[in-house]
Amino acid sequence: MAENEEFTDIRGKPIKLSCQDYSPFCREFTVSSAKLSLVRVMVFTCIVWLLAYAAFYLTQNTAVLSSAIFVTLCGMLLHVHFMKVDHETLLVVGSLGVQLSSTYASGRESTSFIEMSRIKDIVINEAIYMQTIIYYLCILLKDPAEPEGVGSVVPLFQSSKPRLNCLVRVYKSCQEILGQTERS
Amino acid sequence: MVLKIFFPRCCNMADSGLLVGRWIPGQDTAVVLAVVHYPFIPGQVKKYLSDLRSQIQVDLTVLGSWSLSKDGQKEMDSFLKDLSTIFPHSRWLQLSREPGKRGFACEVVCKNGHAPASDEEDKIIFVHYDQRKVMLSQLHPVLENGADVESSELRAVFHTVSRSEPLFLLDKYDDGPLKLTHWQSDGREASIIMELVKQASVPICMLLTMLVCWWKWLWSLRLLNIWPVCFISSKLSTCVQAGYRTDHFQTVFSTRKATTHMDFMRKANMFVSFFVDIALGLLLISWLYRENRISQLANTLVPAADHVAKELQELLEWLMGAPAGLKMNRALDEVLGRFFLYHIHLWISYIRLMSPFIEMILWYVGLSACLGLTFALSVLSDIVALLTFHIYCFYVYGARLYCLKIYGLTSLWRLFRGKKWNVLRQRVDSCSYDLDQLFLGTLLFTILLFLLPTTALYYLVFTLLRLLVVMFQGLIHLSVDFINSFPLFAMGLRICRPYRLAEGVKFCVLHEEPGAPLHLLMEINPLQCSTVLQCYRIETSGCSSRDSWLTLCKKLFVGELIYPWRQKSTKTD
Repeated sequence: MAENEEFTDIRGKPIKLSCQDYSPFCREFTVSSAKLSLVRVMVFTCIVWLLAYAAFYLTQNTAVLSSAIFVTLCGMLLHVHFMKVDHETLLVVGSLGVQLSSTYASGRESTSFIEMSRIKDIVINEAIYMQTIIYYLCILLKDPAEPEGVGSVVPLFQSSKPRLNCLVRVYKSCQEILGQTERS
Repeated sequence: MVLKIFFPRCCNMADSGLLVGRWIPGQDTAVVLAVVHYPFIPGQVKKYLSDLRSQIQVDLTVLGSWSLSKDGQKEMDSFLKDLSTIFPHSRWLQLSREPGKRGFACEVVCKNGHAPASDEEDKIIFVHYDQRKVMLSQLHPVLENGADVESSELRAVFHTVSRSEPLFLLDKYDDGPLKLTHWQSDGREASIIMELVKQASVPICMLLTMLVCWWKWLWSLRLLNIWPVCFISSKLSTCVQAGYRTDHFQTVFSTRKATTHMDFMRKANMFVSFFVDIALGLLLISWLYRENRISQLANTLVPAADHVAKELQELLEWLMGAPAGLKMNRALDEVLGRFFLYHIHLWISYIRLMSPFIEMILWYVGLSACLGLTFALSVLSDIVALLTFHIYCFYVYGARLYCLKIYGLTSLWRLFRGKKWNVLRQRVDSCSYDLDQLFLGTLLFTILLFLLPTTALYYLVFTLLRLLVVMFQGLIHLSVDFINSFPLFAMGLRICRPYRLAEGVKFCVLHEEPGAPLHLLMEINPLQCSTVLQCYRIETSGCSSRDSWLTLCKKLFVGELIYPWRQKSTKTD
């Protein structure tokens, strides 16, 4: 039931989209981005240590070296725990709601669930990002004060940023489920 | 139409019986709360449910039947199905579970007696929830009034489960009229000490409230509200801290029950932070009053104050010469320098006079730490303020002189350009001056302008000193404020019982089989720590009124007095 497809993100890096069909009204989309590359980690560590060694050569103070080790370790931990997102999941359950979760490289998971009664629609939107225009999928939430208007926007797949062809796939499946819910 | 059934995990393996729960109005959602087991008399079930309904204000009904197939119970199933004619309903759920299978089978029978069309069969979602966690958790953001509860489906589910607490209070040793399966404790635990504490808490609270009332009455006496006492006590941070603690005390020990969640959390936070504060204070005392540390402290304090005075004297002597190669106005420089030197002389003699008593004062003041670490810190801040009073005085003199000069210069500059400040209209008007006036004004302007660098230098040096002291005091105030406002209880709850404070829920798909209904597991998503801090901070006025850096710089430039930045609103100069 699960299908994997290769896509690219807005920077051209390969990402993987897997759709899991649990039932006609429950689907899960997982976008996994590339793993933390070992070369980059090595290069970063080497740069910091070389700089630290240069500073040590000038100052003859060993505290510089130990602090460099500390800084690299802490930096790696923080990066893995707070910055590097391994995969993002969108679980759409008809008439119940939509759950977004992102799993960090360290295994930390942050999840939020939006009830169907608060969701107005799921759309693909355009945004200006640095010097380019990108597309992104977002959930429009209802404004509690004004049922027709749009209260706020929750962007999806924020860290992996897939390209339009991938978004269209997810968008179509989501609309199928949302349409089913509305019809009944 | 998708039917959602919230099913408690503890009833997964329950024996066959009737499902008791609630249909959420407006949604196709059923919350199952318990399973009633055979044998029962339908009339008794109805009576029990109507009793509960009036007690908890939630319309509990019989939702349908539950059957767990075992050998030789086929006739039981058909009996349970027949029960649908006895209990009033619009839809009747028939859940059944085969022992070998993981999923349930579900059939919905509508009122007119036959099962609906076949394509509806698979549109059923089972959401398994942990009854105990859902009952105890509190969804955020907290809604105080019950009116909005029905607006969201999840809130309605949480509300239903938490209101049904009396249903769960029956434990498995209770012999009620009915035999129920739901979340239940293994018998209620009771300890004599806890019961005694519960019994004693009301009189103790009343006594403490009375004491606080007396204390407040003592403070509100007319004698203590005359101007100087009032002013000084508003400036002493110990008094401010005492005021906070009295307020906290009154809130915590009031005999009124905290009805809403926020009230309860505020009380608990204050109580815990109060205790932690006192514990830290006692630790400090046990450290301070051992090995003669007080006298050591006193022996270092007096020479330190002496040393500061000496340093100041040297600084003044440096300023009276040619500081940093600057050429000052000699006469004014000498006058100012002598004036400040005389002050330092007074200060040193004052310290000498005080020095025999300092140890005793410290000994008694240190006792205030048993009221809490915050008190000790506030006392420290006050002591610092008193010991650096000379720096404050210098700063005030310097600032006043500088301020006068600046004002004089601005008004004379206006005269220079043939203008004046119109007080009535609050604006600058043009004005024709006499020749004498112009001459005198220009002369004064020149004198003031040439004397400005000397005063500005003194002002600069003493402002820097004052800022140093203010920064130290600000650090102490920040730490006191941190202890006062940190929601310890909420944080502890977040760490030890994450499900108590819920931000929302998260679902995961348990297992899926083609043709069988979907099974989801509902877990509670705990609140983020930053949100806990934001939501449950105990309010203090300390952080609210603070100058922005720009206004501070402006004040410094014009020469207005900067008091410790807090309590800015009370200070008008």
